[in-house]
Amino acid sequence: MSKGRVWKYGDNVNTDVLYPGRYTYQILAPEEMARHALEDLDPDFAANVRPGDVIVAGKNFGCGSSREQAAACLKFAGVQAVIARSFARIYFRNAINLGLPVIQSEEACASLEKGDEVEIDFARGEIRSPRGTFRFLPLPESVIGILQAGGLLEYTKKKLASASAASKS
Amino acid sequence: MGKTLTEKILGRKAGKGVQAGEVITVSPDYVLSHDNSAAIIQEFKKLGVKKVRAPEKIVIVLDHIVPASDEKYAQNHKSIREFVAEQGIPNFFDINSGICHQVLPEQGFALPGMVIVGSDSHTPSYGALGAFATGIGRTETACTWATDEIWLRVPETMRIDLAGRFPAGLSAKDLSLKIIGDHGAEMANYKAVEFAGPAAKDLSVGARLTLANMSAEMGAKNGYFAPDEKALTWLEGRAREPFQAVVSDPDAGFESILDYDLSALEPQLACPHTVDNVKPVGEVEGKPIHQVLIGTCTNGRLEDLDEAARIMRDRKIHPRVRVLVIPASWEVYREALKSGTLAVLADAGCVILNSGCGPCLGAHEGILAAGEVCVSTSNRNFQGRMGHRDSEIYLASPATAAASAVEGKIADPRKYS
Repeated sequence: MSKGRVWKYGDNVNTDVLYPGRYTYQILAPEEMARHALEDLDPDFAANVRPGDVIVAGKNFGCGSSREQAAACLKFAGVQAVIARSFARIYFRNAINLGLPVIQSEEACASLEKGDEVEIDFARGEIRSPRGTFRFLPLPESVIGILQAGGLLEYTKKKLASASAASKS
Repeated sequence: MGKTLTEKILGRKAGKGVQAGEVITVSPDYVLSHDNSAAIIQEFKKLGVKKVRAPEKIVIVLDHIVPASDEKYAQNHKSIREFVAEQGIPNFFDINSGICHQVLPEQGFALPGMVIVGSDSHTPSYGALGAFATGIGRTETACTWATDEIWLRVPETMRIDLAGRFPAGLSAKDLSLKIIGDHGAEMANYKAVEFAGPAAKDLSVGARLTLANMSAEMGAKNGYFAPDEKALTWLEGRAREPFQAVVSDPDAGFESILDYDLSALEPQLACPHTVDNVKPVGEVEGKPIHQVLIGTCTNGRLEDLDEAARIMRDRKIHPRVRVLVIPASWEVYREALKSGTLAVLADAGCVILNSGCGPCLGAHEGILAAGEVCVSTSNRNFQGRMGHRDSEIYLASPATAAASAVEGKIADPRKYS
């Protein structure tokens, strides 16, 4: 559980502004990917984001293409979680499978403002802030497991390794 | 409160009662992939296991670039064939099969009550037969191969009640475009869409496949029809295994309900460059065109080809227009060959291509040059999708596509009925 500051955006933050298409086949290094996060929407973001910061946005976050970089760039920029009123479904899956927590909370999105300091308790399903505590449906253990492992590929690798160790013992 | 079809199917798989919003882990009945299996194999190899967990559940259909158009695609196909042999994957369909979304229903994989995931965004098509079917990413397809498990969020359901009958010259494509035009491309984001109402049972399985396919363009996770007598009859002799059909309870919780009267529809077009930029054909009539595509997983079935042939019989396509006809599968191809439909289309001047995705995704077989306009029966008209970024795609029904092919400009098909 770590504290972070809120970056606040509106509805329909699409994958092109999250991570411009002109970079999708050009850049592979994580730290370089992070430098272009949200650059067409908020040029200040990449330069000022700090590990643990949180993005708070409106409806349909991540709509548009299925590019995984739109989630990866925020993760590599140190973003702790994205809180939105709703997520485009492919973005929701890609984010979790890449290890970026996504939280749906109407109340938190209505109340939180840029710069607010928040703390997220994933196990209890709570966002704590000076503007109040907001509850969200906790992600189930299996999904939390994916996030804790750092993404689906690592999670699956571990799971397969422990299954094979168990069958040998 | 009762359960929706989706809640019932996912609940049975999860082994407990589930409700919309919950995230569950299930073992799918089938996992589909196509030419992108080459990329999925690369991810699978990073997992450190030698064998896929359940080879009999993996279905691979080569359809996107068939036959291979260059060395890179040829190498991809080769690596897929080698992987299939090495892993003992029984359900492999090579280039003489057709588009995956037609092959899976025809070959009896898409069955009522099943859970099917696929690394293709139009996987929801199988809801036409009462399955839960949804698109997933490549990384998770690789992981599902290794674990035989996938996590899914149980979606809320939007119901679309259909009444009335299609006027002559109109079909399921016009209806799907009208719905998307009215409510936008995100109307069903993360939701299930149930097509219901008194007219649903009148729709052919082909029309249901078109609507379930287009639910992906509504943003839906899955789109479906309750499996009824018509669906079960269609499945006779096709179903590979026993299945348990489920339908939504009468008191199931639907998030919203929309009503559409088929009788009141006009022919629709999705204009460049988004699927929700929809106009009645009348507003665009007369625009000169260069190419027509009749085919794809949306509208390449026998009834679609028959409708085009009805309009083109004893006529010629306009001399300025190229018309590409691509049956959705080799089963459709052979039937259209036997019935004489392909002869009518060829006599009219159409180019009949082999079954597959063709130029829909802009990889081969009829790419557009700068400034060219195409009327296509496919499902996406994003900028540059079928070729040059300055080309234009109008999405339409097979009838509108055929009428436009004859006139060399966007045309209303009702004058041919």
